[in-house]
Amino acid sequence: MTTPAPLTLPVLGTHVTPQALRAYLEATPPVDEVAVHERVAALATRSIKRETKRYALDLAVRMTDLTTLEGRDTPGKVRQLAAKARRPDPTDPSIPPVAALCVYPAMVPAAVDALRGSGVKVAAVATYFPSGQAPLEVKLADTRAALAAGADEIDMVIDRGAFLAGDHMKVYEEIVAVREVCGSAHLKVILETGELVTFDNVRKASMLAMAAGADFIKTSTGKVAPAATRPVTLVMLEAIRDFAELTGIGVGMKPAGGIRTAKDAIRYLVLLYETLGSAWMTPDRFRFGASSLLNDLLMQIRWVRTGVYQRPDDFTKD
Amino acid sequence: MSEAHPAEPTEFTYVSSREATDLVALDDRYGLWIDGTFRTPTSKRYLTTVNPATEEPLAQVAEAGERDVDRAVRAARRAFETWGRLPGKERAKYLYRIARMLQERAREFAVLETLDGGKPIKESRDVDLPLVAAHFFYYAGWADKLEYAFPGIRPRPLGVAGQIIPWNFPMLMLAWKVAPALAAGNTVVLKPAETTPLTALAFAQLTAEAGLPPGVVNIVTGGGETGAALVRHPGVDKVAFTGSTEVGKLIQKAVAGTPKRLTLELGGKAPHVIFEDAPVDQAIEGVINGIFFNQGHVCCAGSRLFVQESIADRFVDKLKRRLSTLRVGDPLDKNTDIGAINSPEQLDKITELVDSGVEEGAEIYQPPCRLPERGYFFAPTLFTGVSQSHRIAQEEIFGPVLSIMTFRTPDEAVEKANNTPYGLSAGVWTTKGSRILWMADRLRAGVVWANTYNKFDPASPFGGYQESGFGREGGRHGLLPYLEGVPR
Repeated sequence: MTTPAPLTLPVLGTHVTPQALRAYLEATPPVDEVAVHERVAALATRSIKRETKRYALDLAVRMTDLTTLEGRDTPGKVRQLAAKARRPDPTDPSIPPVAALCVYPAMVPAAVDALRGSGVKVAAVATYFPSGQAPLEVKLADTRAALAAGADEIDMVIDRGAFLAGDHMKVYEEIVAVREVCGSAHLKVILETGELVTFDNVRKASMLAMAAGADFIKTSTGKVAPAATRPVTLVMLEAIRDFAELTGIGVGMKPAGGIRTAKDAIRYLVLLYETLGSAWMTPDRFRFGASSLLNDLLMQIRWVRTGVYQRPDDFTKD
Repeated sequence: MSEAHPAEPTEFTYVSSREATDLVALDDRYGLWIDGTFRTPTSKRYLTTVNPATEEPLAQVAEAGERDVDRAVRAARRAFETWGRLPGKERAKYLYRIARMLQERAREFAVLETLDGGKPIKESRDVDLPLVAAHFFYYAGWADKLEYAFPGIRPRPLGVAGQIIPWNFPMLMLAWKVAPALAAGNTVVLKPAETTPLTALAFAQLTAEAGLPPGVVNIVTGGGETGAALVRHPGVDKVAFTGSTEVGKLIQKAVAGTPKRLTLELGGKAPHVIFEDAPVDQAIEGVINGIFFNQGHVCCAGSRLFVQESIADRFVDKLKRRLSTLRVGDPLDKNTDIGAINSPEQLDKITELVDSGVEEGAEIYQPPCRLPERGYFFAPTLFTGVSQSHRIAQEEIFGPVLSIMTFRTPDEAVEKANNTPYGLSAGVWTTKGSRILWMADRLRAGVVWANTYNKFDPASPFGGYQESGFGREGGRHGLLPYLEGVPR
């Protein structure tokens, strides 16, 4: 394959050799799976009440990448979801808009059109999402098309096959190439942790993606089970912490898929807060990739504000 | 609407989330629990137990004198005549009932434990009380199977057990002592610690509600004198003590030359060894748990940290960063990680040893944290540049203070780790399975935790080497101190 043009890389310098990459990845500390689960279970008992809960719910709305990624998506469906993204609760203008609407490249024009002036970003999954099993040129073309249609953010997938086969250089070079195509557009790199399986792999892949220039690292496509889990998110957050220590660069995190309840979302925010602190408690550095989560957040927000439990049908299904 | 929530925060922080205390109903004054009822102490003396987080008095408890202890031992002796002959499956029914009732009332006991002792509610709720119930369930299961526990031996109960427990895990230590004693057919006279008597007294009431025959469990509150009277009493067949090495030695002298059986679970200065191939972020959590669990008031606390020199700087940096996220304060707040120091005496002892560390030239680190103005609190503390010869590397501090040293090779790690008069527990972090086994063979400690720390289970024996004591609690081994064997 063609070697990507030199890019100023934070960790590895401009001329990355497979040897240098290997040395960098081998410095990644191993992960003890049992202890990760224990830490996550311990943090799940944090008690989030009153003002903290209200703040967390509002923050979770602002961090949501409202997502539809289906073969049957249509401009009509995207327009409906865009309306929800702009104003999640039509009866309550104090609810903030979500961070972004996440769609396939073909749906980007409809999303851009429907979100104009709203401040809600358009994120496109590209690079032959979800499998990533295509030549690099196809992936780059996919990315270019999404950007040309007006996407603000690109959610790319890594080549898991190459990663598992040990060809880290291929994974790295592909991310670098997509990064270049993206220019200033925001790049989220999907590791598909459900296919990487071990936490050691997840941590290595996180370090790899960040070195290659990811703005965000993201757990999953939502097409593979398990998608996001809190343990896998903790492992990635710890990698982000190491990378920030190493380079001073604050990479964002996006757990995606499987987060359906406000309670679960708040537990993710606790992990984030305890691992990376206040500086990461912003949509610039953390997103939830979700679709059904939003309505549960709205339901909980109305409950904490009014003290009255709500019915699911009190909120719009889009 | 805006009045309902006036001050909306501008960033994510935890607001106080306090556990309610209305489940706990305290009397103003407690007598001694003897023969199934509270009795006025003949000593006429009372102690006041305070909440260490607020310094406010909680209740008065009797200070048992020699005559009170005698009454309790006699009650236990009388009860032994029937309890000791009860079929094991009948004893098991009582123990199972107690275990279930403890589960049902776990929240109440957890709150009381936190009020009286100062430990964070998340620990009394998620660690202490679940383990308490688990111990009763576990030993209930042994009560009718003693014939099978030790092949070739027909086991018999000893009689009256005099048990003295410490203030760091009041209910858990009660469970460790009472459950196996009762399962084996003994009756007990238990003396809780001077500063944390309340859960034991609540437990006494619970045994009555469970229908346990009077005299099977007797609780005598008081201080060192009460404990000494219990140890001296000729009607006691077995003494079980958990506490300081200093007092343990006095007890051993006191029972020397008598037929009394003795088990001691004493102090510790556990080594926690981190190899360069350790899962670093999880090891950090293990170290934090090892030394800051229960404010470091833990006999098996991992208070001496040995980090392989090649990763020491980075590891210590990470540890310091993690320290700054620990939440010190109101033990009843569900988000508190480090609660109150149990007593002013213990706070003085910690302060004195920390001062000695500074004087001897070790480098102290405490994260910026605001301690409550009332109550006994101590900030989480690290010492780097510690030498083996420093007092903080040798003496048990029993507080949230970690002494950090380095090593270069596995042999050196073992040598330094074993260089202590104690030997209760140890921790090892490495991803090499072979090295874990190699270390576990060489570390002189009753418990070796690998890639974890402070794991407790009723089925697992716990106890020490050397000045950490002798005898095991937990598991089948935990029955032995309460039985004598007659060959079949």
